[in-house]
Formats: sequence, C-alpha cells, structure tokens
Amino acid sequence: MSDNHGTDLEVAEHGDTPLFPLPPHHHRITDTDPRAARRAERQVAAMFGLSALCTIGFVVAYVAIPTDTFIALGPIGVLQLSNLVLGLTFGAAILLIGLGAIQWAKKLMADEEIVGERHPLGSPKEDQDAALEAFQTGLAESGFVERKIVRRTLIGALALFPIPLIVVLKDMGPLPEQALLHTIWRKGSRIVVDVTGKPLRPEDLAIGTLVSASPADLAAVQEAEGNQNARAKASIILVRMRPSDIKSQQGDNWDYQGILAFSKICTHVGCPIALYQQRQHSLLCPCHQSTFDLSDSGRVIFGPAARRMPQLPITIDSEGFLVAQSDFQEPVGPSFWERG
Amino acid sequence: MSLIVKEAGKAISRADERAPISSLAKSNLRKIFPDHWSFMLGEIALYSFIVLLLTGVYLTIWFKPSMVEVIYHGSYAPLDGIPMSEAYSSTLNISFDVRGGLLIRQIHHWAALFFMASMIVHMFRIFFTGAFRKPRELNWVIGGSMIMIGLLEGFAGYSLPDDLLSGVGVRIVAGIIESIPIVGTYLMFFIFGGQFPGNDFIPRLYTFHVLLVPGILLALVGLHLVLIFYHKHTQYPGAGRTNTNVVGYPLFPVYTAKAGGFFFVVFGITTLIASFVTINPIWAYGPYVPDQVTAGSQPDWYIGFLDGMLRAIPPGWETVIWGHTISWNIFVPGLVMPGVLFTLLLAYPFIEAWVTGDTREHHLLDRPRNQPTRTGLGVMTITFYGVLVINGANDIIAQATSIPFNLITWFTRVGIFVLPPLAFLATRRFCLGLQRRDRELLLHGRESGQILRLPHGEFIEIHTPISDGEKAVILSKVDMPVVEAPPAADENGVATPGIKGKRRRARFSRFYFGDNVATPTRAELEAAAHHAHEEHDHEVEELTEAGKDIPARITD
Repeated sequence: MSDNHGTDLEVAEHGDTPLFPLPPHHHRITDTDPRAARRAERQVAAMFGLSALCTIGFVVAYVAIPTDTFIALGPIGVLQLSNLVLGLTFGAAILLIGLGAIQWAKKLMADEEIVGERHPLGSPKEDQDAALEAFQTGLAESGFVERKIVRRTLIGALALFPIPLIVVLKDMGPLPEQALLHTIWRKGSRIVVDVTGKPLRPEDLAIGTLVSASPADLAAVQEAEGNQNARAKASIILVRMRPSDIKSQQGDNWDYQGILAFSKICTHVGCPIALYQQRQHSLLCPCHQSTFDLSDSGRVIFGPAARRMPQLPITIDSEGFLVAQSDFQEPVGPSFWERG
Repeated sequence: MSLIVKEAGKAISRADERAPISSLAKSNLRKIFPDHWSFMLGEIALYSFIVLLLTGVYLTIWFKPSMVEVIYHGSYAPLDGIPMSEAYSSTLNISFDVRGGLLIRQIHHWAALFFMASMIVHMFRIFFTGAFRKPRELNWVIGGSMIMIGLLEGFAGYSLPDDLLSGVGVRIVAGIIESIPIVGTYLMFFIFGGQFPGNDFIPRLYTFHVLLVPGILLALVGLHLVLIFYHKHTQYPGAGRTNTNVVGYPLFPVYTAKAGGFFFVVFGITTLIASFVTINPIWAYGPYVPDQVTAGSQPDWYIGFLDGMLRAIPPGWETVIWGHTISWNIFVPGLVMPGVLFTLLLAYPFIEAWVTGDTREHHLLDRPRNQPTRTGLGVMTITFYGVLVINGANDIIAQATSIPFNLITWFTRVGIFVLPPLAFLATRRFCLGLQRRDRELLLHGRESGQILRLPHGEFIEIHTPISDGEKAVILSKVDMPVVEAPPAADENGVATPGIKGKRRRARFSRFYFGDNVATPTRAELEAAAHHAHEEHDHEVEELTEAGKDIPARITD
C-alpha cells in the first residue's frame, strides 16, 4: 500500500518545494493606518512608563511599610502587607516591561514571515575524512596502539585513580553497627507525657484515650548527644482499652490493666503516628495510611506497611508510675537489610 | 538611528579584533524561528530557572543551613521561645524580618512549581509532536534528565527550611534509602552522618541544592539551548512549510522583543502570584520534631505520583531471607518504579526509531493523530501518572469529599492496571477516527450544511473544498510502511539470520502503523476533484434543464 503514494509523501515531508505556497501576507492595521501605529506606540510607551513608576513605588513601599502589618483580603485570607505591596509593584514593573516589548513586536515590528533554509546537519564528506585522518595521524604519532605497556598501565592507573575520591567519603558517617536495633528504653524507664514531661499513673488514662509519651531521661540524652536521634526512635503512644477488648499482644502481660504502649514510629517509612480511631482500636499513619490494629498485637490491617507496630512491655514501679519492663524486643521504625 | 548603527559598527569592529563577533552575528542575528504558542512551554521552564537562580542567590544571603538548636525570639510571636534548628529560625527570619524576604521566598517556591510543570508539559508537547526524532534524540535525553534532576532539586529545596512538613518528607526519604537491599542502611548512615535525623543533613543538602545540582542543571540547560540553535527549531506543517525550510520571524528584532519580553512576563506573573498567594507557610507547620506530624501531610505536586505509588502498595510486601529483610513495599514503588519509568522515558526515541527503522532527519512536526500508537502511549502514561497523583492526595480527597481513603486506594490499586490500557485504546481509536475524517475532508471537502434539492426530487448536501493551508496540514502525514518479517528461510532452505528479532520488529511495526488510514494519493485526489467538478456541472445542467435558475436551498 505504501508504493501507491510514496512519491507524494516524499514531496510532503522531504521535498524542498512545498505542495502549497505560503499564503499571501495580510497587513495589520498598524501597517496601513498611521494613526493606529501611533496609538500602538503610545500603548507601548505607556506600559514602559508605568513600569518605571511601579519600580519607584516599590522603593517607596520598601521604606514605608513595616513587615509586621497584616491585611485581610476577603477570600484570599490574611496577607503580609509588605509582601503584597512589594510584590504588586515589583511584579507589575516587570510584567509591564514584558507586555510592552511583546506589544511592540506584535504591532510595530515587521511581521512578514521569512523563509529560512535548513541545511543537512552533518559535516561535508571531505571534512569527515579530514577529521578521521587527523585523528589517525595523531594516534600514530602518539604510539597509543603500538606501545601496549604504556597503554595498559595508563588504563589501569586511570581506573584506580577515583578510588581515593570514594574512600574519603567513608567518614561521611559512622557505620550502622547496632544503632538501629535499640532505643533508650530500659527496664524501669519512667513513661512521661512528651509535651509536659509529667510522669504517668495508670489512673491518668481513661479508657479510649491516646497519649504521646517518651522516656523520662529523653531530655537528658538529647542534651548529651546534641541531636534528636534518641527521640526519633523512642517515641511511643499509650492507649487504654478494656482488657476484654484486647485480642492479642506481642508478649504475655505486656499491658498494664488494659494500657498498651506501642512505638509511635511507623514501620513503613518512619512517620510518627498519632491518628487513633478509638472504636476500632486502630492507629492510622497520616503519611501513607498504614493502619494498625492495636487490640490485635498492632498488626497491619490496611496500607503499605509490612510489619506490625512494635509493642513496648510496661508495668508500674513501686511509686505507682508507669514504667517500661525493658527496651523494645524488636527494632522500631522502617525495615532495613540487617533487621532480619 | 544612523548614529546607533555607526557606534555599533565601531564597537563591533573593536570587539572583532579580539573575537570573531561579526561572523557570529552575520548568520545569527536574523536567524529564523517559527511561531507557535506551544513553543513557549520550554521558554517558561527556562525563564523559571533563571528566576530560581536569581531569587536563590538572594535567599542564600539570609538562610543559615544549620541544624544547631536555637531558641526563637524573632517577630513571629506564636513561635517565640520555641527551640528549633537555625535553618528553620533563619527561614522565619527571611519571612518576617527581612523586608521583601517573604516575597523572594514565595517567588522562589512558585517558580520551582512552574519550572517543574512547564518542563513536564513541554515534554509532552515534544512527545506528541514527535519532536524527539532524529536529529533531536540527545536533546530529549537532556530534557528528560533535567526533569529527573529538577525533581531532586525541588525536593531538596522544599526540605531545607527544616519545618515539620518537610522534615517528615526527609524522614520518608530516609526510610526509602533504608529499603535498598544490602547497602541501604550504610547509605542512610553516610548521607545523614549517622542515625536519622542527626545534625549533618541540612548543611549537606544545602550544598547539593545551591551548588552541585544547579551547576549540573545550568550545564544541561546550556547544552539544550545550543542544540536547539544548531538544529534550528522544528515547525508545524502548513502551506509553505517543508522539512527543509523554516518559516517564521528573525531573532533580531522580533524574537529579541517577544522572547525577551516573555521572560519579563513569566517573572512578572510569578511575582504577582507570590504577592497574592501564600505558598509553603512554614511558620504554620512549626519546627521539625521527629515525633510530631501534621495530618494531611503532602509533598509538592511533582513528588505526588511517587507518594501515590508508595500509598498504593497492599500490606505485607516484605521478605526475610537468610536473616535479611527486603522491603519490596518501599523499594519497588520508591526506587524501582521511578527508575524503570525514567529509563523508558529517556529511551523512547531510540525504541521508536528501532520500530520504524527511520533514519531521516525530521524537522516538520507530527500531528498527534497521525501517530495513533505513540499518542496512545503518551495518554496511557499521563493516565498512569494521573491515577498515582490522585492516590498521592487520597487523604486530602477523602477529607474534601468524604469518600473513604481506603476506597480511593483500592481504586488506585485496580485503576493503575485497568485505566492506562483503556486510555491507550480509546486514544488510538480517536486518532484513527480523526485520520478518517482528514481523508474525507481531502477527498470530498467539508460538509457545508447546505442541502440542495434537485429537480427530480433528490436531496444532496453541498461540500465545500478545504483551503490550501488545511490541505497542506493534512497532507503532511507520512504513511509509515509496515515492516514485514522476512520468511523464516529462503528458497534454498537457508534460515534467515536474526529471524526472531525481525519478527519482533515486524510485530511492533504493525502495532504502530498497521491500522493507519492511508493518505489519498495524487491520483485519488485528482479523481475526487474531477468528480466534484463533474457533479457540479451535472447539477447545474439538470437545474437549467428544469428551467430553474436558483436552486432551492435549505440551510440547517
């Protein structure tokens, strides 16, 4: 079927002469009517002039408007007045230059379409040959081909030379070692409310509540380490449900009278979780919607997480405050290769 | 006027003694560029990039890339006395204490969003019009790489203020890095200087964001433009336009004014939006604390599809093998899927060139309808992307519409497999329909809506021929021949070498071009013209015989 109209197509796409000539040029009103041209000229000049005024306006606004003034602007909301006026003046100043230039081009500059020729992109054959010849001459003069031992040692040296550049990167960070396997929870660590630092007693928690908590010594550890690494792993949530609602736990008697402690760090990619759907006892991650059933060993019931939420075994100490029985029995947070 | 020319001549000759300015100017000042609105998409990307460089330099004056903890005492009262990183407190400072600082921050952020959006839309324009074909394959690869790098660059910039929203994003990236088999944990420790979050990440990210990546982007932008200049711009088909000419306006003065002016338009509009519409109000999120999170936490839109993919994975995709964990649930959507997607994207010009076996230079753009399979594949990709973007905002949509997010996630899990192929089929059909219509238009002209009643009672509709411009556009279609596979063996029973590859290519070729509607041949066109003429004569004859001068016309 292609033979039928092969010739036509060659003409259509690859011929030098178009099938149809360029349509005749139509003059714009500004080309024929000097008054229209003058009007266009005035429009362009007005835009440029207005732009200059806006620039001056910007400087005035910069000096006159303090940054702490705010303005309510209907449906847009409350805006910083300085931002609004500086932006308006500066934005208008720039925009008007652009619009003026485009108007000038569209109305006043010559607008007759010009036909330019394309030439084949490649270099002429004799240039290609000359280039290849130059390369050959250079190659022969270098002796790169004949002097095998030079060539091979050079290649070897070049292959090895990036190694120091990579080796030096080794000190970008410490090796993981055991760091991801543990948190700062210890046997007897007191559980405190993470906002107030107040230790918790079982009676502080009503059935159905969720409290974000952390170990009592977290602040001290953070102070000593000078970073938030301990917090990023040790954060927990406490929930209280009727003991009869608990279907299963990750260990025997890891709750205290229906109070369960779970890691707050999602096992998917590590977002902190705090959305608790009380009736289903489910914990929902706001990042990717992994959902964990806290009444059933924290197992995943929806979303991309693959692992249950690690449970922290808790009890009370001699003074009646909630404490950890031990550290988590498995690493918290996202999975990693060495986790097992 | 002549004074300007005289002075310019003097300046040029002075410069010319030191560099061959005149030779460059001679051929390039009046270089012709074709005109079309869709050619401005790439310009928007370029100008947004320039705005980003400009505003970025200003932000570095005040931004402190440090995770050292400070107590905030700036003018934003709600956060007074709160401990936070220096990065966050200096961003608050830029927003509330530096005059014009918030404006520069917001221009920078908006420009970044426009940069990504215009690059992506520009890419689709290039794709659907076949502008990636020889000799522009390399420029497609450069452009695709810039989108990929722009994505990383945007994410880095979004993370630098160390606010609660961006900090959660960084946490997610750390989790994704941890999911890489064998080296993931080490990589994470190296990048973060130890455990998450550490104190090193923001300063390191800063260098990446303001030095390394912009440097690479700038080099790629330069190369992209040099190649455009060297290749000369493609043009749409039309009367007077061929594959060997370029019809348009000269660089000086028309495009100097239009393109130069358009830079100011892009910059100006970005600035006006930045003055009216608050973007990334980091003060509302608070400083990053690893155990806090905001509900409805969302990345910038261009990261949305990756987040949507992460969200779509069903529970339990993890394997423990010989004491090692492989997190398919994160590794596949977070790294493998984008890797495959971008590889296919960058490789597309070469895949299509292999299928067509076409080695000619193409400077005349395709109409999407004339490449139904390519267009279908493009719409399929957009659909795939769209479903993921929807899922990336499933919580926001759930909140706005009270559709449960679980349902949206399930829609995605199924839709990701079902909708793209449907979109492909529908688009392909649609394109073939348009091809048929084009053929009709060429052969019979356009239905005029004017009904003519002939003396013997027959009703006919008058067709008006289409203009030469329209004909030129339709006739720009190239009927790509379907490659046939050779027989498995020749007449002597000698097996054809590489028969499997050739058969595969023939299958692909059929898939691409097998259903195309043939463009009318010259003979067919002439016959149709002749027929129309004759018919017209015949009608007139009949009407005259019937003694009626004016035909009874019913216009609908």
